[in-house]
Amino acid sequence: MKKVNEEMIVPEGWGFVDTVDRRDFLKLTSSGLLVIFALTPPEGMLRPVWNPAGIQRPSPDFNAFVHIGANGRVTVLVGKVELGQGVMTSLPQLAAEELHVSLASVDVVLGDTDLCPFDMGTFGSLSVRTLGPVLRAAAAEARTVLVQMAAEKLGANAADLEVKDGVITLQTDRSKHVTYGELTAGKRIERRIEGKAALEAVANFKIVGTSPPRRDAIDKVTGRAKYAGDIVPPGALHARIVRAPAHGVQLTAVDTKAAEAVPGVRVIRDGEIIAVLHEHRDEADRALRLVKTTFGPAPSTLDERTIFAHLEQSAPEGRAVAEGGNVADGEKSAVQVVEQKYLKGYVAHAPMETHSAVAAVGSDGRVTVWASTQTPFPLQTQVARALKLPTEKVRIITPYVGGGFGGKSASQQAIEAARLAVAAGKPVRVVWDRTEEFFFDTFDPAAVIKIRAGVDSAKKIVSWNYEVIGAGERGSQQFYDVANHRTVVRGGWNANTNGMHPFGIGPWRAPGANANTFAREVHIDMLAQKAGMDPVGFRQLNLTKNARMQRVLQAAADKFGWQPQQLPSKRGFGVALGDDAGTYVATIAQVKVDPATGAVQVVRVVCAQDMGVVVNPDGAMQQLEGCITMGLGYTLAEEVRFKDGVVLDKNFPTYHLPRFSWVPRIEGVLLNSPDLPAQGGGEPAIVTVGAAVANAVYDAIGARVVQLPLTPARVKAAMV
Amino acid sequence: MRSISVTVNGVPHQLAVEEDRRLLWVLRDDLGLTGTKFGCGVSACGSCTVIVDGKAVHSCVTTMKAVDGKHVTTIEGLANGDHLSPVQQGFVDHLGFQCGYCTPGMIMGGTALLANNPKPTREEIVKGMEGHLCRCGAHAGIIDAIAAASHAPSTGGAK
Repeated sequence: MKKVNEEMIVPEGWGFVDTVDRRDFLKLTSSGLLVIFALTPPEGMLRPVWNPAGIQRPSPDFNAFVHIGANGRVTVLVGKVELGQGVMTSLPQLAAEELHVSLASVDVVLGDTDLCPFDMGTFGSLSVRTLGPVLRAAAAEARTVLVQMAAEKLGANAADLEVKDGVITLQTDRSKHVTYGELTAGKRIERRIEGKAALEAVANFKIVGTSPPRRDAIDKVTGRAKYAGDIVPPGALHARIVRAPAHGVQLTAVDTKAAEAVPGVRVIRDGEIIAVLHEHRDEADRALRLVKTTFGPAPSTLDERTIFAHLEQSAPEGRAVAEGGNVADGEKSAVQVVEQKYLKGYVAHAPMETHSAVAAVGSDGRVTVWASTQTPFPLQTQVARALKLPTEKVRIITPYVGGGFGGKSASQQAIEAARLAVAAGKPVRVVWDRTEEFFFDTFDPAAVIKIRAGVDSAKKIVSWNYEVIGAGERGSQQFYDVANHRTVVRGGWNANTNGMHPFGIGPWRAPGANANTFAREVHIDMLAQKAGMDPVGFRQLNLTKNARMQRVLQAAADKFGWQPQQLPSKRGFGVALGDDAGTYVATIAQVKVDPATGAVQVVRVVCAQDMGVVVNPDGAMQQLEGCITMGLGYTLAEEVRFKDGVVLDKNFPTYHLPRFSWVPRIEGVLLNSPDLPAQGGGEPAIVTVGAAVANAVYDAIGARVVQLPLTPARVKAAMV
Repeated sequence: MRSISVTVNGVPHQLAVEEDRRLLWVLRDDLGLTGTKFGCGVSACGSCTVIVDGKAVHSCVTTMKAVDGKHVTTIEGLANGDHLSPVQQGFVDHLGFQCGYCTPGMIMGGTALLANNPKPTREEIVKGMEGHLCRCGAHAGIIDAIAAASHAPSTGGAK
């Protein structure tokens, strides 16, 4: 862990701080320039669709701190967390660019509720897209202030000064210069800014748009990277919690005598939590196995086959999220009408790091929780409520997070650790085992999507009637030239309305958009086939009003070397388009299907993406590749099996994640779009994988599979 | 309780531990070597991979009795000071990680693979790494990293 000295908030480099508290922070920033930037956040941040703790914040809120110390080092403090997506590297790039300092002089502190400004959470591909502009503005404002100070000090006009690597120089007399550190030394300058700052023009970018080495690389390849479960306060105990075998069942009897007899074991009961604690994890595991429990019956009899009828029956009333013209009128001019129902099962997040947290109570009664979480600030509120403490008595520190994908927006394990630490009077570590991870996961919800659409004799889509149950709104709206359309959403991933789902659901990488994009783009393929056109040409014909999507599709087709042929061409090529987190995506997959078994091997994927300004090309490409690879899971294999409230998939031997042998040749294309601000990169490409592969399977062997995942059995069944 | 002699990253230890305790948790909880990660607990993900006498093993299912008298190398034992092993360097150069949680296991698996087959084909790397799970989808970079290490001069690796 980093030590703190008087010179800077964190030592050279980066990372997470566990040794300063709020008072230290104020003291440490008592000299130097601190820019506290408030920007009216975009709509999505003011009223996010996902607000785990239901917290209300004043608006506008302060959402970026930039500090410049007497030694010239810059510290960026933001409430985001490093999940592997690379914000530890990309956010300093934005700050360094606007401040005109070297990237190496910028430190970053992430995800610490004592040190960083409030942030709702790291999800929705928002870090660069919505925090990026705020951070740039704060840094640009800091530069403006420093240049004004330099002008006074040097007796020059601000307009005659230039800044390079943190040194402000008078252009007409280069012997006159002053560093940022010299200007801020011994001074307390605090600026609270609202509104617009003078941002650097994209054409002048020197650091943004490059791929410097990832700042987490050395930590991660040497084992030095600390995740929540690696934090060991003195005297810390592992806690293993007695769990129900099924959702919704009640504990009727428990006997902990045998566990209590194990040397070194403590058994703690705090409300509904019964936990076995030991200094060593494996000995706590052993003691937990000695606890005898009896549970009542499960209220749910649903399983992964009966769930779909249940969803249709229990989903709330629909609401139209998009509507134009009149669908019935449009259908009158159709020469072909295609109607189809699409299904998708529950999908687990399955990050390699299970939910982990360590909690310790300080001598002053403050509670510190190191947690693997995507939402440190909402979690702070949740822990405070659970402990009946004021919010400021709780500090959440987020070390490296071992994957989230939406699943660590919910952080029950941290509340458990905090409650047990208070009850035990010792620091407590809660690291879920893999079965707990599958059981308490907030799955990507199962979904039913019904589409009825028609094409006319000119091969134009003339009607589009779309209803989605379970998945939610994201990605549900089509972007083709359809005058007569209606999109209705019933229920969504952000609320288990009417008890539709027998366990927890929540955001899963591009929540809802994977199911919606699968259904829409498979349906478009079916329309293309009915129209007797190749799937790229049909899409181009129906995208005349969407130049941006046309461009992305063309880029993918060019890279792939697309040659038009009618479906099914037996080549095994499939295309899908998507629009997610402000980014447009076109993906073309090539597959091989074993006709004997129905097994699908994806051999090549071309993915073109228009994501606006690309802050870090290598990082963006890595996210793209990660999306394609992770997407193969929900496309080909991932589907949680359950019955009577029991999650039957308890570990990896039965729940199959993508493996090395599944990974195709992936060719990414990032379009040059300097006029569009940076858009999301962590999610968009994944939404297209299901349909691109499903359409490729149809093209290969004429099997139209309309349920995800495309298991060998479903492919076999669809072969005619 | 019995005394187990085990050499970890070149350092000999005499440990008074139950012989059926798991190597993973003795490394993490008793020796403070937290670089080795828990992922599944049932030998199904590779996150806890370490090298025992030259062979990659899953430490979550390896008992202390099984490593009595043996040499264990963990992720903390690969670099020589600031000098990364070829596989570690490959992971840095080819972005063979995202969240980094599976990375120590991947690097240990890749190191053992190259120790047994110094010039693997791409297919052999895929086959050799098949038991390692990565949820972020860093697979392409990992394959490139191990391939690059196989061409690097051998200056590190399992001891």
